[in-house]
Amino acid sequence: MNNITFYFSLVFSGILIKNVLLSQFLGICPFLGVSKKTSSAIGMGISVTVVLVLASMVSYAFYYLVQVPFHLEFLRTISFIIIIASIVQLIEVLMKKYMRSMYESLGVYLPLITTNCAVLGIAIININNGYDFLGSILYALGSGLGFLLVIVLFSAIREKLELMDIPKAFKGLPIALITAAFMSLAFIGFGGIL
Amino acid sequence: MKISDIFKNGIYKKNAILIMLLGMCPTLAVTTSLSNAIGMGVSVIAILTMSNILISTLRKIIPPAARIPAYIGIIAALVTIIEMLIHAYVPTLYVSLGIYLPLIVVNCIILERAESFASKNKILYAAFDGLAVGLGFTLALLLISAIRELLGTGALLGFTILPSATNMLIMILPPGAFLTLGIILGVMGHYANKKKEELENE
Repeated sequence: MNNITFYFSLVFSGILIKNVLLSQFLGICPFLGVSKKTSSAIGMGISVTVVLVLASMVSYAFYYLVQVPFHLEFLRTISFIIIIASIVQLIEVLMKKYMRSMYESLGVYLPLITTNCAVLGIAIININNGYDFLGSILYALGSGLGFLLVIVLFSAIREKLELMDIPKAFKGLPIALITAAFMSLAFIGFGGIL
Repeated sequence: MKISDIFKNGIYKKNAILIMLLGMCPTLAVTTSLSNAIGMGVSVIAILTMSNILISTLRKIIPPAARIPAYIGIIAALVTIIEMLIHAYVPTLYVSLGIYLPLIVVNCIILERAESFASKNKILYAAFDGLAVGLGFTLALLLISAIRELLGTGALLGFTILPSATNMLIMILPPGAFLTLGIILGVMGHYANKKKEELENE
């Protein structure tokens, strides 16, 4: 029973409390870059979630099955970034071959994910916090869903902001950052739940 | 090409954070205090200068098709070295930078300089470019973190300056990061617009 609450809290805190974007500042580049339209925000969010879960699984397995037994922990950063880059490449190739329509809508976001710090960040957090295999997957899933939720909400607000009468100097990125500040403020409120 | 131009571009004309808007994650995350910003800035200057030198040295050997993985490999190796050095000699900084230290690998500034400058220029220029862009990054970090630390805790580097009644805790929490950067960019935009109008009127 205790285990179930622990796993549940991992997913939940990934989505709301320790949100990757608004409280941990991981993956801010796509957050600001790909959030002008809701459709592209959904595409980016889904791609990040898939890559996050797969990358956490593979990096967890690689770390505990290869690096720890051979005392190669210091190569963690290098090996994880190579794992992430290969996973992204693999997904791109598979998607191109078997899911043509999905590739056409999501394909452009895939190469960007290699340098998305959320993926490497979550993989390292999983190891640092000592989560087990299931915990790592669930935390990655929660973080991915949190990323999806926030980037979609943010893009919806930004679409409306385009039509607003904003001081000229604040148009574009400055007002987007201030919007993100208020969203982040709202998400602090979730901290009291767990 | 003049070395003074490289420094002008790196430090203010094409400032990595405030003009090019690269490397947002560390900018927002580690600017809770001035000392963290200094630690992050110095690490990035060291990594950026060394990666520029290495990539410029190897620019004729690395095949163009495999250049991005090669650059990421070089950067990751340098980051690992710096991470181990900081862990050994400045353990408090290691703890306070936490996960953002290994995440320098995916800092877009370093890859961008490798791709757009170091791979095309001589070693000496590449070294100065790394130094200049790193300095620009550090100065922007210092500006943001000074505002946040002063308004959030009333102190700078541990010395109390403002009375505790004026402390706004929100500035050192995550929303303060977005707010500070948004307002800085807005103010900069205002002056840029003003300058443009003056030029048009002349």
